[in-house]
Amino acid sequence: MAKRTSPISTAAVHVILLGYTVIALWPIFLILINSFKTRKAIFREPMGLPSPETFTLIGFEKVLEKSSFDLYFFNSITVTVVTLVVVLLTGAMAAWALSEYRFKGSTWLALYLAIGIMVPIRLGSVSILQLIVDLNLINTLTALILVYTAQSLPLTIFILNEFMQQIPKDLKEAARCDGISEYMIFFQIILPLTRPAIATVGVFTMVPIWNDLWFPLILAPSDGTQTITLGVQQFIGQYVTDWNSVLASLTMAIVPVLILYLLLSRQLIRGITAGAVK
Amino acid sequence: MSSSRGISKKFPLHIVVFLAPATLVYTLFMIYPLADSIRLSFYSADETGATYFAGLTNYIVMVTDPDWSGAFWNSLKNNFIFFCVHMLVQNPIGLLLAALLSLPRVRGRNTYRTLLFMPTMLSVVIIGFVWQLILSPLWGVSETLLAYVGLEDWFRPWLGEEGTALVTLSLISVWQFVGIPMMLIYAALLNIPDDLTEAAVIDGANHFWVFWYVKLPLILPTIAMVSILTFVGNFNAFDLIYAVKGALAGPNFSTDIMGTLFYRTFFGFQLQIGSPTMGATVATLMFLVILVGVLFYLFVIQRRLQRYTL
Repeated sequence: MAKRTSPISTAAVHVILLGYTVIALWPIFLILINSFKTRKAIFREPMGLPSPETFTLIGFEKVLEKSSFDLYFFNSITVTVVTLVVVLLTGAMAAWALSEYRFKGSTWLALYLAIGIMVPIRLGSVSILQLIVDLNLINTLTALILVYTAQSLPLTIFILNEFMQQIPKDLKEAARCDGISEYMIFFQIILPLTRPAIATVGVFTMVPIWNDLWFPLILAPSDGTQTITLGVQQFIGQYVTDWNSVLASLTMAIVPVLILYLLLSRQLIRGITAGAVK
Repeated sequence: MSSSRGISKKFPLHIVVFLAPATLVYTLFMIYPLADSIRLSFYSADETGATYFAGLTNYIVMVTDPDWSGAFWNSLKNNFIFFCVHMLVQNPIGLLLAALLSLPRVRGRNTYRTLLFMPTMLSVVIIGFVWQLILSPLWGVSETLLAYVGLEDWFRPWLGEEGTALVTLSLISVWQFVGIPMMLIYAALLNIPDDLTEAAVIDGANHFWVFWYVKLPLILPTIAMVSILTFVGNFNAFDLIYAVKGALAGPNFSTDIMGTLFYRTFFGFQLQIGSPTMGATVATLMFLVILVGVLFYLFVIQRRLQRYTL
């Protein structure tokens, strides 16, 4: 059927796709190139690439000097990684129990755990804040980790549950015949088999946590616990007229995510395309 | 039936061990706060901060009291506009891109896919600032671009004007998230068996015809799912408005959505003192709006689609 495609329509397809790719990337590109230019060049030649005359790192120097970007990064990485480990471990355990064992109320429990897929956790913020204050966890990264864990569990359990149901029965039954405990079956047989799905869920969990503004803003806004998203937001609010600093701080927030994305994109896209099969 | 051990009379300990950690954290930090917020919305606080049961007073105040109802209906309306822009712009563009990517033998489709999805990965806050700079009349980048095509007179400070700020912000969000409908629809299109389309092609149909009459009806459930995801996602749009416009959602509250109203009601702003109980009321109202949308999807759209595809 591909033989029927005329060269003109092939060209049209590429023109549309390329056109939209330019629309998608141009704003990011513009910010990146201008963060390396002098203030004068930013305004006089906004579309130009940095040249030897216009190149400067002054924005980055100012950002590093006036804010604690390294600390923000460290906070964001801590929160994201710890949440990820907790969510994947506890989520996989719960998904396994729901997919493998039939017990009274298992369907109801599965439904209960799925509520969070459709209801944004932010709607509970008033009581979450109260709870975090009562637990004496305000302005700690632990508060963020706990809330993000709760936020990410429903979808994690849902996806892993679907995946685990496809694991062939013989594997588990063989292990049971050998008298291996249920815990060993999970950790030594099931968990390694679930790896592809876990990687996908991991990326899905990571992105909203890394990018979130709401919970850092209300639960951990103090200087020592700001995440990168909140840190950039506050920094830009403060230095809004200093274009070099603003552009540099945006670049510093964008580049690590883009690099990570390009490294993981195949995994992520495979995950999305597989996840939508249902 | 999958496990003989699961049916023993005593409840097996290992099931409890597997389920307890996730269920506990989820219950304590998600379900309890949601339920407690709903409870709080039926309470009021006096000057000392002590709360007392107030029935539906908060709700009546929210939808009828002149101090509150204006802001409430305004934010609900803005949320609706925000959603409509996504439905009318984001999802059709996503559909178009997915349809093009899924055509047979498009060279470089993986590269396109990766690049088109890129903005979706970045923080909404960062994207908000990026566009704020690009649309800024101070920098003049947009004006220069429009001048290339002779449209420099069209340029306005879109983000700063009451009439255009909300739609501009919606379009920024569309620009960022168009990758999601694109990916979901693309995945659905890939799952359509080739023999279905080949039969039509042999009969002499072109790609457009095949897409419109064969593929599109088959992916309607995915489009419905994308729509409900768009609807729910709409209520998380706080980050973008807050980053670009602050909690006051200016100019003159023209970009105020329920998320920013919730934030202001809860934490207070300028002369108004924050109120947890009124905040909980706004949150519960948001919950009700989402519930109506999700139920509509489950019981009207999904049922009808199932009948249709069967």
